[in-house]
Formats: sequence, C-alpha cells, structure tokens
Amino acid sequence: MSEDKFDAIIVGAGIAGSVAAYVLAKAGANVVVIERGNFAGSKNMTGGRLYAHSLEKIMPGFAGKAPLERKVIKERVSFLTEDSGVTLDYTGFRAQMPHEESYTVLRSPFDRWLMEQAEAAGAQWIPGTRVDEVITEDGKVVGVQADGESLEANVVILADGVNSLLGEKLGMVKPIKANAAAVGVKELLELHKDKIQNRFNLKDHEGACWLFAGFPSNGKMGGGFLYTNQSSLSLGVVCGLQHIESSSKTVPQMMEDFKNHPLIRPLIEGAQLREYSAHVVPEAGINMLPELVRDGVIIIGDAAGLCLNLGYTIRGMDLAVTSGEAAALTVLHAKERNDFSKTGLSSYQTLLDESYLMKDLKQYQKLPLFLENPRIFNHYPKMAADFMADLFTVDGTPAKPLYQKVMSCCQKGGYLNLIKDAICGVRAI
Amino acid sequence: MNHTTHTPHTVNVDLKLNANKFNVDEDHPHIILKDHPDITEIKKLINACPAGLYKLKDDGSVSFEVAGCLECGTCRIVCGKTLLEKWEFPRGTFGVEYRNG
Repeated sequence: MSEDKFDAIIVGAGIAGSVAAYVLAKAGANVVVIERGNFAGSKNMTGGRLYAHSLEKIMPGFAGKAPLERKVIKERVSFLTEDSGVTLDYTGFRAQMPHEESYTVLRSPFDRWLMEQAEAAGAQWIPGTRVDEVITEDGKVVGVQADGESLEANVVILADGVNSLLGEKLGMVKPIKANAAAVGVKELLELHKDKIQNRFNLKDHEGACWLFAGFPSNGKMGGGFLYTNQSSLSLGVVCGLQHIESSSKTVPQMMEDFKNHPLIRPLIEGAQLREYSAHVVPEAGINMLPELVRDGVIIIGDAAGLCLNLGYTIRGMDLAVTSGEAAALTVLHAKERNDFSKTGLSSYQTLLDESYLMKDLKQYQKLPLFLENPRIFNHYPKMAADFMADLFTVDGTPAKPLYQKVMSCCQKGGYLNLIKDAICGVRAI
Repeated sequence: MNHTTHTPHTVNVDLKLNANKFNVDEDHPHIILKDHPDITEIKKLINACPAGLYKLKDDGSVSFEVAGCLECGTCRIVCGKTLLEKWEFPRGTFGVEYRNG
C-alpha cells in the first residue's frame, strides 16, 4: 500500500463521480478520481438531455460556463407507424428559473468540463487507468487495485457505470436482467446550425427535444429520440431487451429504419454521421436498487441503477448529480466522526430518501411494468394514426360521424384493453 | 387504395463504426465468445448488439469481432455467462473513445 491514504477514491469520471469529487475537493477532502478512458467523458454517452436543477444547486449559474448545446424550449412527442406519424408539439417561451431549465448536451465535452471543475477544486485525477479490484480487509473496503498498484482510502465511491463489474464483484449490485434493461443507440449527425434552426423553427441557443413511440423500437418497449445540438442532431433508438431474440429486426436495423422514416429523413438530409454510440439503460427503477452502502464503500449514479424511465423521458444524469453530491456529503460527515463503517455512511441513504430522487423513484415504481405492455408501443400509435388518417381523408364517399370514427379506431385494440390501460397508465404516472 | 412499398434500407453497421475513434487492444480481447455457442441463444446477441459484432455466417456458424465494441454491455446482459467466456472493460486507454458522446 502506498503512503497516502485518501479520504475517498472515486472510480469513474462520469457525472456522478465528477460531482462527488467536486463536492469533496471543495470541502478540502483528499480525493482522487480514477478513470479508464483517456479523458473524462471518453466512455460516456447520453441521448441527451440534462435537467439542470440538481447541478444548479451545486454550481449556481453553471449553464453560463459549461459546454451545453441548446436550451430546450420545444417538446414534441410523436406516435409513429411505418409510414405516418401523429405529433404533439409544445413550445414554451415563458421565462424559467435556472433550476427549471433543461439543456441538450454531449457527454464527451460536458464530462471533461465537469472533471476540470473538480480538478480546479483540488481533486486528484488519474485517467487512462482501469480499476481491476476493490480491496477488502475483514469485510471492509479499504482501497482499490489498478494497473498492479494499490491505493488506500477511507471510502471507495463506485461510479463505474451501468455495468458496475466492481459492484457485482462485491455482491452489492445484482447482475442486470434483460427484462429490466434497454439499449440505446445514437447517431451524432453533424448539420449546419442554420439548417437546424430552420428545420426545427429555433433561434440561436434554443433547442428541441422530440420523442417517438411505436415504429422506432419495432413495437417493443422503447422509442426513438431526436435532440438538437448546436451544430448536430442526436438521433437514436431505445429498445427494451426482453425477448429481443424474437424481434423481427436487429437493433442497428431499427436505427436505420428510423432514420429513413418519412418523418425523419427530410430533417436529417445533408447531415454527416460523426459518431455512433450505445449505452445500456437500467429500466426497473426502485425495483432494481443495489445495496447502496457497506463498510467503506458507496455506490452512485448508473452503477446504483439510478434511472427514471417515465415513458416520455428517461432521466439519469440529474439523478447522477444528486447521488454524487449525497455520497460526498456522507463522506464529509463520516470524516468528522472518523466512522467509515456502514453505519457511519448511512446518511447516504437518508439524503437520497429525503430528496426528490427516492420520492420520484417510488412515485413511478409501477411505470416499468405498465410500459412492458406491448399495446402501448404497438396498438396505440397505430390507433392514433388511423384516427388521423380517417379524420383528414376526404375521398368522396359519404362521411361517418366523428364518434363513429373514434369508436372504430378504438375497437381495433379492444375497448376493455383501452380502458384498462388508460386506468393503469394514469395510476402509474 | 395505393399501397406504398418501402425499399428496405439494409443497415451497414461497419460503415457507422468507421465514424468512431477506437484504440483496439489487439493482444487482450475484452470479450471472448464461447467456442460452440448455442444458436438459438446467440440470436439474442445478433439482434441486440448495437455494433452488429455477432454475425451468423452462411455456413451456420457464428462470427464475433471485438474491434468496434461500444462497451455498452448489452451482450453481457442478454446472455451473460451462457455465451460469453469473458466480459470485462478494455484496459485503461483502450477501446472506444467518444469525441461527442
């Protein structure tokens, strides 16, 4: 073991890890971040939209300094069939408070910036190094091993991402099951900013978030997304992994077909593919939480499965910020009393319980099950499209009354199913 | 009523991966597929891998290419130890390097 013992070693420089490092370093703690990538953010991707509230609390005014893409002012949700789409569009110009804003974001520049803030606050930084083992002594975590070297700390904070191999090795994180996970793929498409602003009706620095249900995920749980960045578009598909073997399309094919959908193709015309990335999304929310704390160790961010799938949006990054902050405050608290045992670190759980994070996870705990219902991603997008086609088609045959059109579209999915799903849906949200 | 026929756009994932920066660790593959993988089980990997690295060849055997891996972990989640001899992260500095993310 080396001479220096850190207050905390943080594994992984994603959002959770860097925020934990920033808060710890700012309070004068001796903290080091170890990251396997060459720079912070080099292994990370998002859809991506960052809700500002949690970081705004820690770094007030961060949005004026951080490399964010565009401030979201436009929301769209579409139900897609193979050759049609029904879209809901909301544009909001009402003045918002900084903690109510959200931004489109690219993780490579953003995470790099965030780690720089932690470094400037005094955190030590070891990039390009993979942590191979968490070292335990008498059942207590005492450090990590990386590149054959050992580093010692009072607390190890695992921020090693959704595939937390270290958390699994410790037996704290249960292996993710296919029915509780989705895979997201994204194409980063470069397009001149004027074209983006014309095509999406935006001004400088204004952004749009657009989600698509139905066709993109081939009727499986999931959907498509499109976010406008400064001079690129983030276009992607999220697809549930349950029964993926029975899908008639591969995930890359879903992505390709989504790109070629008549609603999408004109929007990306002339855009150049600059990057193709993927990430697993833990979808089971509170039902999948690991053991968050043990003697000398805390798990945060994606590694702890902290993710909220609300169907119309997936939140992970704002939760990562909050868990990173809570872990840092917990270590500082434990340091004061020199107690780094599970009991000494128990305020982590308390801080999360008292925050929006656990409250939201509890609030939406029935939603993942609801979203497993194939009708949500299959029948209903088609129903909406059929109704619209019916409503707007004039072909010279005598018109049916509106209620008959509605009824005939509803009938296809079954009235009872529709009523049942509506009730379950309302209860889950 | 006219029915629009769609030309299927068969995906070429390799072309997409070409846009990425990779630093492949030639001597230490971080994922190793078992020797005689179960063909029905491998359908999961063929369908799910975002990088299309698991391919069914014409002779019915399965090919796997570790270069081009996006390190997402989908294969380890859908099949786990039934098909994979090993799944770990590439050594420090190696693997995909996102410039946008």
